[in-house]
Amino acid sequence: MTSIPDNRPAAPSFSRRIFPQRKVRRETLIGWLFVLPALLMYVLFVLVPLLLTILYSFFRWNGVGPMIWVGVKNYVTIFQAPNLLGTITNAFWLVVWFSILPVGLGLIVASVIHRVATGRLGAIARTVLFLPQVIPLVAAGIIWGWLLALPGLINQILKAGGLGAITRAWLGDFDWALPAVGLIGIWVLLGFCIVLLLTCMTKVDPALYESARIDGASWFKEFVAITVPLLRYEIGVCLTVTVIAALAAFDIIWVSTAGGPGNATSVPGIQIYVLAFTQRTVGLASALAVMLMVLVVAVIIPIQWLSRERAL
Amino acid sequence: MRAPRGEIWAGRALLLVLMAFTILPFISIFMTALHPSNTVPNGLEWPVDPQWGNFVEAFRVAQMPETLASSAFIVLAVVPVSLIISTMAGFAIGMLRIPGANVLLFLFVFGLTLPFPGIIIPIYFLERAMHIYNTRLAIVLPLIALYMPFAVFWMRAHFVNMPGELSEAARVDGATTWDLFWQIHVPLARAPIASLGILMSIWTWNQFLLALVLVEDPTQRTMAGALGYFQGHYATDIPLLCAATILILVPTLVVFILFQRQIITALLQGSIKG
Repeated sequence: MTSIPDNRPAAPSFSRRIFPQRKVRRETLIGWLFVLPALLMYVLFVLVPLLLTILYSFFRWNGVGPMIWVGVKNYVTIFQAPNLLGTITNAFWLVVWFSILPVGLGLIVASVIHRVATGRLGAIARTVLFLPQVIPLVAAGIIWGWLLALPGLINQILKAGGLGAITRAWLGDFDWALPAVGLIGIWVLLGFCIVLLLTCMTKVDPALYESARIDGASWFKEFVAITVPLLRYEIGVCLTVTVIAALAAFDIIWVSTAGGPGNATSVPGIQIYVLAFTQRTVGLASALAVMLMVLVVAVIIPIQWLSRERAL
Repeated sequence: MRAPRGEIWAGRALLLVLMAFTILPFISIFMTALHPSNTVPNGLEWPVDPQWGNFVEAFRVAQMPETLASSAFIVLAVVPVSLIISTMAGFAIGMLRIPGANVLLFLFVFGLTLPFPGIIIPIYFLERAMHIYNTRLAIVLPLIALYMPFAVFWMRAHFVNMPGELSEAARVDGATTWDLFWQIHVPLARAPIASLGILMSIWTWNQFLLALVLVEDPTQRTMAGALGYFQGHYATDIPLLCAATILILVPTLVVFILFQRQIITALLQGSIKG
């Protein structure tokens, strides 16, 4: 109500001439008031925790007693402890399973589907393949925990295919647990990648594909010469989303293996939880959390750079 | 000019295989859920005597009414607040173009790269200090905050493409910024707001880590959190666990089938603009 003088039809130009400073400052103030609630929540529950994580990482603290300054000792510990550094190695393996494979396979599958233009079937497939994206990851972990168990579906299929000799409790096997968890990731993320890439392929000028086909180009030639270069940006998007999913993985692994057997599937997310809330070594957990956050940024930036710059 | 016939069939076959790969796990747990409680059936085996009662039993053991109510409460507390404050922020950044808008945008977008487990530790200690640990509020408040990067970014993308003339015309008619927002821009932004609302509802329903760390009581958790608790206690009773998993999946699947177009488009656009 106090703004009535400023808002009368004839007033704006008048007031702008007389009180330009005041008017602009008022508008700015109102604009910032609009941002304030969102910003406040974000600062309080995201940015402050981020800074506190960094702060905690320089202390030894059990969460209750006094905090003892230890400098970078927690970081040194991480580099020296195989079970902690191993989580970073596992995280990189998960990037292969959760990111590189779904995006690579997704690209191939999407281009095959696109080339053979399967109208009705394509529409149904889009819905079905997207399903794993909307269910809780906890449920995905439970479902696959059962599928990969000794009497589960995977072993049943292997036996039916005459491969009874290689059946095992996949998630309990030191060598196979990580690829088995990776398979869950593929199940969750492949559909998303296919649908995203397919949607973008349909936006590419069809004339390009037409002329390639008139020239008798094979699927592979089309794929290398048209699809991949033109979808560079979307491939980058898929990689970014899935890499973050891989490095921040928690739900699926917690439910299906809890990091085991041993540390075979332990990733930073799991180890942070265990260190902070089970072993009560908050400082060490925070140092690992900082390393995880740095890692994500370090992996994302080159992907963004490659997919945006030098685009054709 | 179409691709060769053989290639078309190969393509269709590939699609069918992929669809089977996606669907079979659901069929497997459904069949398993119908086996007698505490038995270990095969992965894909229709039971001799289907135990539909397992769903009733899972409903009871998982305290489903309390859990459903708790999840619904959390969704109803998180989603409307998140929608309002993110739309306001998106409006200020994308439409009003306030000074510092670019810095704000960068600040929010930066949050998109933050891995969740990275900031969970201080959230736990903050909430202990605020005395909201082990209440639903412990999930609600951080969740609203964690949605802000995506939500503000999403709404800003809408507002930045709206023509400025709309606002100017209303200004001449004497509208305040507040009127402008509620009477002109919010109605025009209904579609992106609806998509965002659906996405955030699903994400809230599925939220696990916050529930695991911040709330011990499963009847104060989200659906996914309650399922995690259930798995911790009934991991050995596979048919019952499968039945509970299905019960928790059903609402998500129904929402997905009803709103599949919006959900798929929203998720795709959300990631592409990001």
